[in-house]
Amino acid sequence: MEVKNLRVELEDRLILEDVSFGLRSSEIHVLFGPNGSGKTSLISAIAGLPGYRIVSGRIIFMGEDITGKSVEERARLGIGVGFQTPPEVTGVKLVDLLKLCLGKGSEDEFSAEEIRLIEHFRLQGFLNREVNVGFSGGERKRAEILQLLFLKPKVMLLDEPDSGVDVESLKIIAGEIQRYIESSGASALVVTHKGDILDYIKAKYGCVLLNGKLYCFMNPKRVYEDIKREGYEGCIKCQMKGEEKW
Amino acid sequence: MVSLDESKILKKVPRHVLMEAYGVGVAREEERAGTFFHVDQSTLYSSVNELFKGKIELMDIREALQRYEWLSDYMWNAIQKSSDFFTKKVAEDLSGGYFLRILPGAEVLFPLQSCLMITQEGMEQRIHNIIIAEENSKAHLITSCLQHSAVRKATHIGVTEVYVKRGAYLNSTMVHQWGDETVVRPRSASIIEEDGTFVSNYICLRPVMDVQMYPVAYCRGKGSKVIFNSILYGHRGSFIDAGSKAVLDGSESRAEMISRAVTREGSKIIVRGSIEGNGRECRGHLECKGLILDDESFIQSIPELIARSKSVEITHEAAIGRISEKEILYLMTRKLSKEQATSLIVRGFMDASIMGLPEALTAEISRIIEIATKS
Repeated sequence: MEVKNLRVELEDRLILEDVSFGLRSSEIHVLFGPNGSGKTSLISAIAGLPGYRIVSGRIIFMGEDITGKSVEERARLGIGVGFQTPPEVTGVKLVDLLKLCLGKGSEDEFSAEEIRLIEHFRLQGFLNREVNVGFSGGERKRAEILQLLFLKPKVMLLDEPDSGVDVESLKIIAGEIQRYIESSGASALVVTHKGDILDYIKAKYGCVLLNGKLYCFMNPKRVYEDIKREGYEGCIKCQMKGEEKW
Repeated sequence: MVSLDESKILKKVPRHVLMEAYGVGVAREEERAGTFFHVDQSTLYSSVNELFKGKIELMDIREALQRYEWLSDYMWNAIQKSSDFFTKKVAEDLSGGYFLRILPGAEVLFPLQSCLMITQEGMEQRIHNIIIAEENSKAHLITSCLQHSAVRKATHIGVTEVYVKRGAYLNSTMVHQWGDETVVRPRSASIIEEDGTFVSNYICLRPVMDVQMYPVAYCRGKGSKVIFNSILYGHRGSFIDAGSKAVLDGSESRAEMISRAVTREGSKIIVRGSIEGNGRECRGHLECKGLILDDESFIQSIPELIARSKSVEITHEAAIGRISEKEILYLMTRKLSKEQATSLIVRGFMDASIMGLPEALTAEISRIIEIATKS
């Protein structure tokens, strides 16, 4: 996937000024940035959610320009979104949504491997519950990532998969993301505030989104250490641009 | 292939009639405790499953009135002949109907089924049914009322009187499938004795020109209970005015009403609910949830709570809204189209599990809902 000079508005306000980056097969990139810097907007714009108006720039996916395609078309092409706070879907059972993600009918059974994953995500007790209704933070995230894995996307856009999640859940989630990326050749863009997830995934690059632009592009652990030491203030001072490396 | 049981029913019920009934809650005879078929103006078939002989009686209402002199005490007892224009019509000129009696102490594990169908264009069908659940009996009944797909326009007037005796449990589910030009006037009332429970479920999923109904349950006995549940799907210009009323006379009697209403394509649904608490320590709860899917449609919820004793407690909650855009978009990121996402949420909203049916019957109803919302 290649994002070229993306400029995005939300409700007539410029959110992303000029964002460019590329994601190659089997790569995981981590995106840091202060609250309100536009991380969620970037994921939403790539996923095609309405309201995020692409003023200029292009999104190329598997050689195809998808800038004008709908949410559903992008999903079908292989763009998978893991939401930061997935909504409650009243009346729809998790089991049915998981089957839809797999492209199965409601009468079809899960395979042994699918059952293994459901159990690994500790969601067997939630199958007959309505999607996300009354789920804790960790349960919601586990359900979200499991849906994504079942969708078998070519690119995973993960918005803070580690927020509101206990250590055990984080291990499960991040471990399975890493396993999927390795086995499928898909790639992932992970938005995070915390560095803990870096212990479980092998991310190639880390970068910082500031004032609607991307900066840095380095070893993600180093980026995270710098942010911890200097704060985003330090990033603003430094502002090392280097997308050519991507 | 035709099963043995089917060959028996096919001697009385034409194949094209039977096949249409199968889609609307009617199952093969061997899966039911009893089967009753009334088509147009006459009863075609009435049979009790061998396994349940001696536990239930099921026959044409006119035959039953001739056989049992005492039955006249039950006829026009819960409902007055003179109640309205439609009850008068049924009293004057009856097409038929069924008499169902679950004998004392009988526990009928399989559901009973009755099918009332109109196959003639322009027909006005006038039905009178009587159900008696004798003391400590337990049964489920599913009634399918429909018009044949070849019929465009018809009128159905159905009077049903239900008597739930001491300690009995009766769960009655009515599935309607009418047409864009058909007028439907069910007129039902029930009397529930001490510790008796009556569950009345109503499902209307196909377009219908005009349905108006307001069944009444009289909870006379101490600890008697009535539950009204309804799933209403108004589309293609349907008009559905479906209410229910519970009169809680018995002390510690209970009423629950749960409805789910969906309107689209210029349809109107009015959901009425009235709970009247007269007896000591009686309780009631009324819940109405509505989904309105376009600007051409209409939903009105009219709850009415009446108390005549300080020990009465009655509550209600109602909410009408649209499907949240966020939920639709969320499902679209899961490769669903907007239409698929909408129908998935609508189907989930019309949740058959509110009806307190056995698992197999819930699955049957869910399938009917799925088919209706897909087409």
